Amino acid sequence: MKLGVFSVLSVLGLLAIGVAFPWTKTMLIIGLCYGLSALGVAIPARSGQVSFGHAMFACVAAYAVAFLARAFPLMDGVVLIVLATLVGTLFATVLGSFVVRYRGIFFGMLNLAVSMVIVALLGKLYELSGGTDGIRVPRPVFWGLVTERSEFETMLLFMSCGIALMAGWFYQRFTQSATGQALGGLKSNETRLEYLGISAHHILWVGYAWSGFFVSLAGAIFALAQGLVTPDMGAWTRSGELVFIMILGGSSHALGPFVGAAVFQAVKLFASAYMAGVWQMLLGFTLLAVIALAPEGIMGAWQTYRNRSGKGAQP
Amino acid sequence: MNFDTLLLGVADGISYAGLLFLVSLGLTLIFGVLGVLNIAHGSLYALGGYVAASLSAFAMRHAFDATPWLFFSLVVAAMLVGLLMGLLLDVLLLRYFQKRDPVIQLLVTFAVFVIFEDVQKLIWGTSPYAAGEIVSRLGTVELFAVTYTVYQIMVIPGIALASYIGLNFFLKKTLWGKQTVALTHHREVAMAMGVNVKKIGALVFVLGAMLGALGGALAVPVSSLTPGMGAEMIVVSFTVVATAGLGQITGALITSLMIGLARSMAVYLLPEVDVAMPYIIMLLVLLLRPNGLFTVAQSRRI
Repeated sequence: MKLGVFSVLSVLGLLAIGVAFPWTKTMLIIGLCYGLSALGVAIPARSGQVSFGHAMFACVAAYAVAFLARAFPLMDGVVLIVLATLVGTLFATVLGSFVVRYRGIFFGMLNLAVSMVIVALLGKLYELSGGTDGIRVPRPVFWGLVTERSEFETMLLFMSCGIALMAGWFYQRFTQSATGQALGGLKSNETRLEYLGISAHHILWVGYAWSGFFVSLAGAIFALAQGLVTPDMGAWTRSGELVFIMILGGSSHALGPFVGAAVFQAVKLFASAYMAGVWQMLLGFTLLAVIALAPEGIMGAWQTYRNRSGKGAQP
Repeated sequence: MNFDTLLLGVADGISYAGLLFLVSLGLTLIFGVLGVLNIAHGSLYALGGYVAASLSAFAMRHAFDATPWLFFSLVVAAMLVGLLMGLLLDVLLLRYFQKRDPVIQLLVTFAVFVIFEDVQKLIWGTSPYAAGEIVSRLGTVELFAVTYTVYQIMVIPGIALASYIGLNFFLKKTLWGKQTVALTHHREVAMAMGVNVKKIGALVFVLGAMLGALGGALAVPVSSLTPGMGAEMIVVSFTVVATAGLGQITGALITSLMIGLARSMAVYLLPEVDVAMPYIIMLLVLLLRPNGLFTVAQSRRI
C-alpha cells in the first residue's frame, strides 16, 4: 500500500472517530496541529538545522487571531485563520532573513532567544496581551455560518484534516523540488552546494519561511480550537515538544510528524489516565528509546522494514 | 533612578551573576571539552538546589546547626549530585550516543532533563522549598545607605570567583587539566599521545555537573525552589554561553556579569523587559559577532 493512500485512509479514519465520538474532536484537532507544526520544524531540520523556538510562530499566529477577533468581532473564522497565518509567515520571513546566517547550535539558540523574548513580552504587557492568563477567543462565525460548539468543532476538524492532507502532499512535493533537494544538500556539504552556484543562505531562508507558514497555520487553528491563547504556546518546552514529535515520527515522509504527534498525544493521554504526574518522564524515556532504537523515527524504521522485506522503496 | 537604587541594582546583579556564572561555567566546560550542549544541566541546577535544601534541613534537625555545617551541607549536596549525575550523563552520552549527531546528543540531554523534571516532582512535590537560615546567620553589610546580606554580596560571588580561579589552575597547572585541554584541541591526537579519553571525559562531566549543582545549592538560601526553575536557569545560562562564545571560560565570567547586571538594572528601570534582557543582549551581540564575543577566529566546531 502506498503511503499516500495510507495517509488519506488514516485521515478518513480520524474523521470517523471524530464523528462517532464527539468528545475526541478537540483532541484530534490539537493532534493535527501538533503534526502540522512538527512538519514545519522538519523543513529546516532537513538541512541539519534544528530550531528550539519554532513554537513562537504558532504563538504569534494565535495572538494574531485573538487580536483580530477582538478588533473585528464579526470576522469569519476562516478569514481569521488566513490573516493570522499571513502575519505568522511574514514574521518568519523577516526573522528568517537574520537567523539563516547561523548554523547548528547558534541557529537553535537564536530561535530560542527570540521566542523567549516574545513569551516574556506577552506575559508582561498585561494591558495589551492579558498577561499570562492570555486572551479568550470567542467562537467566531465560521464559513459564514453561526454555529453551535459541536458543529463548529466538526467543521474545524474537517478543515484541519483537509489542511493536513494538503500540507503532507506539499511536503512530499517540496522535498522532491530543487529547493528541497538543495536543503538536504546543505546538510551533507554546504561548501559544495555553494560551488554548484546555489546560495545556501537563500535556500535556507525559503525553507525557513515555509516552515514558519506551517507552524503559523497550526497555531491559528489551535487558537480557534482551544478558544484561548496564552504565552505558554511559545514556550521553549513547547518548541522542544515539536522537535521531539519530529524525531519520534521521523521526517523522511510527510506522514512521520503526524504519526509522531499521534504517538505523542497517545502517550500523554495514557499517562494522564494511568500515571498522572509522570507523563514527562514517560515522554523522556520514549525519546531515549526512539533515538537508541530507531534513529530515523517511526516512519524511517517502517520504510527500512519495507525495503528489507523486498516490497520496494516508497517515494 | 537615585544612587541607592543603582547600588541595590548592582548588588542584585553581582549576586545573580555569581549563580549564573557557576552554572554557565559547568555548561561551557562540558561543551568545550566534549562538544555536547547539555540541556540536562538545568536538572543539575534544580537537583542541586533540592538536595541542598533537604540536606541543610537534615543538618539543622540533627544538631549540626552551626553555620559552617549549614554551609558545608550546601557544598556536599552539590558534590553528591554532581558526582552521580555527571557519571550518569557520561555513560549515556559518551558511551551510548557518542557517534551521533550533535543535535541528537542535544536531544538525549533534553530527554534526561524532561525525565528529571518529573523525578523532582515525585521526590520533593510541587510546593516551594527554601533554606534561608544561613542567610540570616551571616547577617548583613552596609554599603553606603543600602543594607545587603553578606551571603549574597560576599559568599556567592566569592565562590564563583574561587571556582573560576580553581578551574583555571586545574586546566593550566595540573596533569589532568592539561590532558583536558589537549582533548579540546584534538581528540584523536590526544588519544594517540596516551590521554585516557574516557577517564578525562568522565572527569569533565563530573566537574561540570558539580558546578551546575553548586549553582543550584547556593541559590536555595536566597530563592525558593519551585518546579520549572531548572528550565529557566538552563535557558539563561545557554544565552551566557552562546554570547560569550562556546567553550570560553573567561568570556563566560564577563558575560555573566554583564547579563546579571543588565537584568537586575532592568528590574528597576524597565520592568517590562527584565526577563527578556539576557536574550536581547544575546541577539545584539550575535548580530555583530556571529560566533560570540570572545571567540577567537576558527572554523566552526559544531
